[in-house]
Amino acid sequence: MTIFIIQVLNSLFYAAVLFLIAAGLSLIYGVMRIVNLAHGTLYALGAYVTAWLVGSAVGHAMQGTLGLVGLLLLLPVGAVAIAAVGAVIEPTLLRPLYRRPEEYHLLITFGLLMILEDAMKLLFGGTPLNAGAIMDRMGSIPVGRFLYPGYNLFVIVIGLLAAVGLWWFIYRTKFGVILRATSQDRRMAAALGLNVGRVYVQAFAIGCFMAGLGGAVVVPAQAAVLGMGVDALILSFVVIVIGGLGSLEGALVGALIVSFVRTAGIQFFPEIELAVLYLIAAAVLMIRPTGLFGRA
Amino acid sequence: MTMASKETGPSAARLLIAAFLILAALAAVPYVADIYQTQLLTYGLVFAIAALGFNLLLGYTGLLSFGHSAYFGTGAYAVAFVVRDLGMHSMELCILGGLAATLLVAALFGYVCVRHTRIFFGILTLALSQVLWSLAFKFFWVTGGTDGIRVASNKLTLLGGLIDFQGRGAFQRFVFAYYYYVLALFALSTILMWVIVHSPFGKALQAIRDNETRASFIGIPVKRYRWIAFVISGSFAGLAGILWVPLNGLTTPDILYWPFSGEIVFMTVLGGFRTFAGPIIGAVVFNYLKTYAVASSEYWQLLLGLVLVSLVLALPAGIVGTVRNLYVRFARRP
Amino acid sequence: MTLLETVHLKKYFGETRAVDDVSLTIAEREFISLVGPNGAGKTSLCHVVSGFLRPDSGQIIFQGQEVTRATVPERVRAGIARSFQLVNLFDDLTAFDNVALAIFSREGKTRNMAALAHLDRAVTDEADAVLGQFGLAGKRNEIVRGLAQGERKLLDVALAYALRPKLLFLDEPTSGVSTRDKGQIMDTIASVVRSEGIAAAIIEHDMDVVFKYSDRIVVMHQGAILAQGTPDAIRNNDEVAMILIGSSGPDAFTRKD
Repeated sequence: MTIFIIQVLNSLFYAAVLFLIAAGLSLIYGVMRIVNLAHGTLYALGAYVTAWLVGSAVGHAMQGTLGLVGLLLLLPVGAVAIAAVGAVIEPTLLRPLYRRPEEYHLLITFGLLMILEDAMKLLFGGTPLNAGAIMDRMGSIPVGRFLYPGYNLFVIVIGLLAAVGLWWFIYRTKFGVILRATSQDRRMAAALGLNVGRVYVQAFAIGCFMAGLGGAVVVPAQAAVLGMGVDALILSFVVIVIGGLGSLEGALVGALIVSFVRTAGIQFFPEIELAVLYLIAAAVLMIRPTGLFGRA
Repeated sequence: MTMASKETGPSAARLLIAAFLILAALAAVPYVADIYQTQLLTYGLVFAIAALGFNLLLGYTGLLSFGHSAYFGTGAYAVAFVVRDLGMHSMELCILGGLAATLLVAALFGYVCVRHTRIFFGILTLALSQVLWSLAFKFFWVTGGTDGIRVASNKLTLLGGLIDFQGRGAFQRFVFAYYYYVLALFALSTILMWVIVHSPFGKALQAIRDNETRASFIGIPVKRYRWIAFVISGSFAGLAGILWVPLNGLTTPDILYWPFSGEIVFMTVLGGFRTFAGPIIGAVVFNYLKTYAVASSEYWQLLLGLVLVSLVLALPAGIVGTVRNLYVRFARRP
Repeated sequence: MTLLETVHLKKYFGETRAVDDVSLTIAEREFISLVGPNGAGKTSLCHVVSGFLRPDSGQIIFQGQEVTRATVPERVRAGIARSFQLVNLFDDLTAFDNVALAIFSREGKTRNMAALAHLDRAVTDEADAVLGQFGLAGKRNEIVRGLAQGERKLLDVALAYALRPKLLFLDEPTSGVSTRDKGQIMDTIASVVRSEGIAAAIIEHDMDVVFKYSDRIVVMHQGAILAQGTPDAIRNNDEVAMILIGSSGPDAFTRKD
């Protein structure tokens, strides 16, 4: 029973991270109709940047003055850094391609993936970077006869807050209305006086922020390693396929499904755990191509 | 961006002459270049076959697959299994076995994928190729896992046993003979593909690419033809994988992993996916690019990524496409 | 001889009754026009008959065979072809290739991947003939994307015609075309259709065109057939005049200029 609870908690933890990544990807697609193949790599970059910050002089200073809170504050800083990267990427690489067929943005983001993967290797080296300091300081909660990391629970809460926050942001704020209008009809939005270019950059930056936050949030529990970006990308594709491109609820539900299937898979069928996930994605695409919550 | 119409009389003759000259030049290579260069070009020709097949889907049918590594890898692993588990030595049998396996996989995957287009098609092809990769990776007692399976060239025979690679100087003889073997199959593949794209079926594919609704309304069974194109495309990639293994001596899960699919896309775009010859040129050039990039820097992926990004921004028509556009523009001058 | 018969055809989009219990017959060689205000259901009816949309209920019977559930290619093979209001062509191919494709498809030759397309004399000759019939011979080798709107419209119809259908459904073949070209296009279409004995159903807004060419006019309103009859009968139908023009009386359909 205890093991079961722990597995559930692990799944929720993982789902929170996946949700952050997938929601970012979905948001960008929903507004701009762009699939960013480098999205997973941005997640990895978020992890690396955050881990680096925590382990650096800045991190030590924060830890010295504000303790745990200081370190936790570095998490959104990491995410903002990735948002900044996104704000540079959109006007330079994506904007020139809007009039061209969509294959082109797949190609250019694939090139971006290659560049960023090696850039990370260049900047941070080949050894894994971790931010264990945060995890250590958050202690553990007893679950049955096991001790469960308090940090994981913290992440689950973050995931929930992010889901609610994003929902509120998109459906209850003025900027959210602008986002939705632009995603439904770009030309109409422009005709109504909206600065579509600015909306795009902002939407893209927010999506990258989400990816970066996912990385920032995961790195205290799991060290940043090369290749984590590519793995995450494929998984977030599976999440999006199941949940539906462009849908916030879909990203949440998809993340939960993928996460639980993956945990169960690792527990019971470790060899084919990945294969099972991809097969589920394929099955969903066959039966309900727009995903559970996607728009046609 | 248009497909060049090469049907008219004079162009056809010029085309044949050009093709003959290129073939002759290629045939001379082992005599003028060293073993390493010959081997390198053999790799280039192998990838050219894969890119040629890939472009039937992208350039002619309008479907961007990010999962072609699946068919290349199926071909490669099939050869490895035929040699290791069935004890066969004949390259011809390897080709037959490999093509059969690839056909099966491509037919199955294609059936699933062609029901969708654009992004979903791409994601689906990616997901399915990842299924294969994860199987090759995890079932290490069958596939050798990350160590892969070795296929030594001295175990193989060409032309039904006429040519073998035992004894002294075997490696040089292998590189030499295998180059011509691959060249012959490359020439055959090119001719086959050329006929296909200029056939009524090829035209129907282009119609589907341009306007699938109208294609349906002139009576073309869109999904079925996409599926057939998919199977042909996968088979070419499979043939490339089959020919690649003896050259590489080893097959690992890396060639099933999706970045390799990305390389196939890269090659095709580099050469120009709206032309017939583009993928061929692109594959050969990319092969040189990657080899020298890998040799010169640990961060070769960064270099290649920069090349791809520049390509998409500045030269979307690729090498051959840009050359053709320039030619057309200069040919118009009075 | 009845060629096409729709029986209580219905297509609803939620509350909107795009096709509301339409029972229509078209005879062989008949030239009918479908008219009505925007949103009357003309294009929806065309979509349902041609197979672009599935009806919610009702039947479509073509030459005695039920085609209600048939796929689009099956209907094309049976002899129903259509053109599109918003031109739908193969933009990156030449005008010649566009027409040749329709012929290859009709002849069941598109599955052939072992022969070179341009060597099939029968098809290439016929494609040239069709282009000639539609006055597009001069644009044979032009990439379609670059053609003028009137030419594209004609090519759109030529593509449907090249299928040698028994029934040709044309959705606003002259819309978006200048008045001067309209007459020419309709003359071409009408003469080709009449000489080959093809039944035609034309969706059209220009009443001059409608009165000039139709054997029968079918007036639709809010998804249903309001009235149908010969041009004279329709001309004298006050209710129709109210719906279409907004006024009635003997001169309702006469141009006041």
